[in-house]
Amino acid sequence: MSVFLNKDSRVIFQGFTGQHATFHAEEAMKIGTKVTGGVTPGKGGTQHLGLPVFDTVEEAVRETGADVSGIFAPPPFAADAIMEAIDAGIKTIVVIADGIPVQDMVRVERYRLGTNSIIIGPNTPGIITPGVGKVGIMPSHIYSPGRVGIVSRSGTLNYEAVAQMSELGLGQSSSIGIGGDPVNGTDFATVLKAFEDDPDTDAVLMIGEIGGPQEVDAARWAKKNMRKPLICYVAGLSAPPGRRMGHAGAIISSESDTATAKIDTIEALGMFVVRNPADIGATVLRAIK
Amino acid sequence: MNIHEYQTKDLLNHYGVPVPPGRVVHTDAQAASVAEEIGGARWVVKAQIHSGGRGKAGGVRVGSSIDEVRVIANEIIGSVLVTHQTGAEGRLVRRVLVEQASNIVREYYIGLVIDRATRRITLVASAEGGVEIEVVAQQTPERIIREIIDPAVGLLDFQCRKVAYKVGLKGTLLPQAVKVMKGLYRCMRDNDAIMAEINPLAIVDSGQLLALDAKMSFDDNAMYRRPTISELRDFDEEDPKEVEATGHGLNYIALDGDVGCIVNGAGLAMATMDAITLHGGRPANFLDVGGGATPEKVANAFHIVLQDPAVKLILINIFAGINRCDWIATGIIQAMRDQNIKMPIIVRLAGTNVEEGRAILNASKFPFIIASDLNDAAAIAVTEVNNIVKKVAPLEKEHS
Repeated sequence: MSVFLNKDSRVIFQGFTGQHATFHAEEAMKIGTKVTGGVTPGKGGTQHLGLPVFDTVEEAVRETGADVSGIFAPPPFAADAIMEAIDAGIKTIVVIADGIPVQDMVRVERYRLGTNSIIIGPNTPGIITPGVGKVGIMPSHIYSPGRVGIVSRSGTLNYEAVAQMSELGLGQSSSIGIGGDPVNGTDFATVLKAFEDDPDTDAVLMIGEIGGPQEVDAARWAKKNMRKPLICYVAGLSAPPGRRMGHAGAIISSESDTATAKIDTIEALGMFVVRNPADIGATVLRAIK
Repeated sequence: MNIHEYQTKDLLNHYGVPVPPGRVVHTDAQAASVAEEIGGARWVVKAQIHSGGRGKAGGVRVGSSIDEVRVIANEIIGSVLVTHQTGAEGRLVRRVLVEQASNIVREYYIGLVIDRATRRITLVASAEGGVEIEVVAQQTPERIIREIIDPAVGLLDFQCRKVAYKVGLKGTLLPQAVKVMKGLYRCMRDNDAIMAEINPLAIVDSGQLLALDAKMSFDDNAMYRRPTISELRDFDEEDPKEVEATGHGLNYIALDGDVGCIVNGAGLAMATMDAITLHGGRPANFLDVGGGATPEKVANAFHIVLQDPAVKLILINIFAGINRCDWIATGIIQAMRDQNIKMPIIVRLAGTNVEEGRAILNASKFPFIIASDLNDAAAIAVTEVNNIVKKVAPLEKEHS
């Protein structure tokens, strides 16, 4: 097992025939991801990458039994695509788009209420379960099967952590990017819970950044509910207040939003913390031993 | 994206929020004629810059005669205001808002934010108007009233009444307060704002509620569908380097150090700044070249970073996922050649096509310093910058 994407997952891509979706669907198939088809309105009934294309997500789910969707629609159309996937009963919805209007995500999260769907992202590199498959845009060759779960807001910082872990011979059970937007689908705490329940995960690395209460909320949840070691890094020690650091959600609006405030609180809760981003791999190793 | 106070008031007024009579002007003569036109006994002259704390900095003053308004406007227009938000260099005032002054009976705070925890727009109110809401939240959190808004039905009348009663707006003020709150919400929703506040919302001696000051910020990601709001953008209020960066699809934020940074990914860019800081150095900027960085984009990144005269060297940290190290390397070489760069360049490459990227750098005649990992890159950058500072410092002493 592993979280959100496992060997039984059946994957479709929305915006399937577009350039980016095509490239990343092919990459996903190369590493064994069970891609069953895709959706592009107006191209239903055709074939793409040797797989069926459907006009609607509802039809794709009915015909292929898909339960995971990778959404490659551009930001202005992403909210509609997410809600279509929710309506069709897709369980795990991975949203790559960077730049979805925040009020669109407020409406999407309202629409999702009461359903069984979870949204990973937006503005995420996606999900990868090494040895099983991926739905996303991360370079799969840097990951390797192992027993550490990773959850991060940033994509490249996730890669950085993976590279440091690989140097020390540590692999990953799954790696989940929850995305850098202020209003996102799945939060850190939800992913921690999934890893806590996953028999193939021994420890979890959480990579956060400035802005919002998510990292501290997740660490509080972990203090109460988690038995596996949790290692945390929060990027942006040197970020100035009031400025959006690349990610729409990375902004210090109050004292508790700073990297220092977050990491101090998380350390006081008894978690393993990393202050120098170059020490991520070594800290994970220390936590496991 | 931020807009000026006078623009915010115009916008809110369209949504039924009452504001004092007034107009924005660019000269002292215009200020005097506007004061005459709107009438009254006293007028407020308010500097229009994108910053809080204008009052304390002398940018908001009251005149009791038309002549006084002219004098005040003359003094404020063209002056440089230094507030706690502008930094020491301050901000040039190009225009002022002239308004009829009001006799304030009581001040309130009404605001809307997107609450990240509930993922909803939340109405925030307080009977402590006229002071920063952050200060109220810190010192007397119990005096802050919150009401979460369901996007499916919007802000409802009963929610407005609840909030109004809790802050003490009763009687004839109640329907006015409901109208202001609903107007503020519709204005935020219809225009893709991420923050809207009226502070203070004042009861004036006529018994009316008036928005005496207001502020709104908008979602950059939604401006493609809000052309009328996009037009309100004032480039004079932004760092020209940041404007240029946005035009090239780069994310750039100027900081006050001397180590220039070019990184891919916002998280890694912040981590790179952190590593530099932890080694005792100071980053000159945040710069994210993003995914799919072409050689041109990398060259543009150099151009922007080098406009900052404080930059003594550049650290490039790339972990290529959808990026390609060979393209990044090609961009670096292009920049070195076209922009005649002489300062030390420290390069750390990892990920997709890293071997090809390193080969391109090695084949060139430029003396790059190749770092093996993040820690190495930060350590080298700080050592190098300290060497440069040491070499320069004695010379400066001799000259003085």
